[in-house]
Amino acid sequence: MTLSELTNLLRECAGEAEGVDLDGDVLDTALADLGYDSLAVLQTTGRIERDYDIRLSDDTVAEATTPRLLLDFINESLAQSQQAA
Amino acid sequence: MTTPVLERSAGSPQRARTALFTGIGVAAPNGLGTEAWWAATLAGTNGIDRVTRFDPSSYPAQLAGEVPGFTAEEHIPSRLLPQTDHMTRLALYAAKEAIDDAGVDPAQLPEFAAGVVTASSAGGFEFGQRELEALWSKGGQYVSAYQSFAWFYAVNSGQISIRHGMRGPSGVLVTEQAGGLDAVAQARRQLRKGSRLIVTGGVDGAICPWGWTAQLAGARLSPVNEPDSAFVPFDARARGYVPGEGGAILILEDADEARERGARVYGRLAGYAATFDPKPGTGGEPGLRRAAELALAEAGVGTADVDVVFADGSGVEELDRQEADAISGLFGSRGVPVTVPKTMTGRLYAGGAALDLAAALLSIRDGLIPPTVNVERQAEGIDLDLVTAVRPHPVRTVLVLARGNGGFNAAAVVTAD
Repeated sequence: MTLSELTNLLRECAGEAEGVDLDGDVLDTALADLGYDSLAVLQTTGRIERDYDIRLSDDTVAEATTPRLLLDFINESLAQSQQAA
Repeated sequence: MTTPVLERSAGSPQRARTALFTGIGVAAPNGLGTEAWWAATLAGTNGIDRVTRFDPSSYPAQLAGEVPGFTAEEHIPSRLLPQTDHMTRLALYAAKEAIDDAGVDPAQLPEFAAGVVTASSAGGFEFGQRELEALWSKGGQYVSAYQSFAWFYAVNSGQISIRHGMRGPSGVLVTEQAGGLDAVAQARRQLRKGSRLIVTGGVDGAICPWGWTAQLAGARLSPVNEPDSAFVPFDARARGYVPGEGGAILILEDADEARERGARVYGRLAGYAATFDPKPGTGGEPGLRRAAELALAEAGVGTADVDVVFADGSGVEELDRQEADAISGLFGSRGVPVTVPKTMTGRLYAGGAALDLAAALLSIRDGLIPPTVNVERQAEGIDLDLVTAVRPHPVRTVLVLARGNGGFNAAAVVTAD
């Protein structure tokens, strides 16, 4: 998953805060500073779980405080699920 | 035996503070925004029509008051769209209008000086229906994380509080259709305890199949499907009521603080009381009259001082008669002008009495009593001075009545100052 795929999903699932440019260099910006609280992230990762048929642990999602950390975690899970397939 | 809720301002730590209305925001079936709604109300414009939010063809009741011209994307921040029911969006609209109207900037207030107390009857039913359908048809993974709060009674108070940064005392009142008055009374209690300003009132609505089914089960919805005769309280043709969505959000402010900042004042919450009806089957008088008497007593005004009564206006024959008896018992036959502007909106549940308060405040401002529409002939034994065309009349003191299913009665007295 790429950053733009992730930001598109965030936008779709939880909207976009005013004054935030999700298309800018946001890879290491805290999700909280992008206007996304834990519920917004949960809503988005729930959608990713469905779309990609993977499971993301709530605890690990909660630790992913930036798009980079979240992407790393998602891509790791995707790789594991492809290996298993 | 009724159980009155008496309002006492004496005794510490509460102060005898005066509560003033300084802002109004409206989302109503006959107008979005205070001035659009008020102009439509004075013109007698009926907002009741066939349901459009879902296909009502297979239901015995097919009319509702739906708020016109509301495009959520134009009024609600993108972050809030995925997490809000339709009625919460209407509440957020009305809250912003009320806060802007009051000319306050919540960010400039001390952190805990302002709170939010609204009324609710059902929560976000349309949102809840969608997510529960997802649950049983597709599975738990398809249920929105926002279902965790979007259908709660307290959701409007919460969302308004978060959006405007108001972290003072907040909550929700659930007393069915009496809630609009009970919330404002709770707001006044918070002012007496030291809050500066409370965002209050109520915006409600459950015009979706699930909400509709629940309302039909109450057996009080009108089976008449003609918009100009379906909801005619006090009329010989009354067959029940038409539900609607919307309501009003009001800013209730401590008088000292309001005067200090030079706020424009619509009126004062001068009296309030709530009572419960006697247990069904035990006889005894319903509690509405007693609520009105207690509210007038607290306001220190006699019946002769009241310029107009905004009636609850049930539309259910027996309840109409009870209310007419209460009003005529207090004021005498045709002893006071009575109006039911909800004939133009349907009954808005927790939003209904809040909208009546807004109408009462604007009646005071403009010296105009808004009409009751579509009522042609009062039922036998009912003899009210029903205002059926807008009536110019100096208005300084208004009695607002509200009842909720389950025995709730509330009365509020609003005065010019």
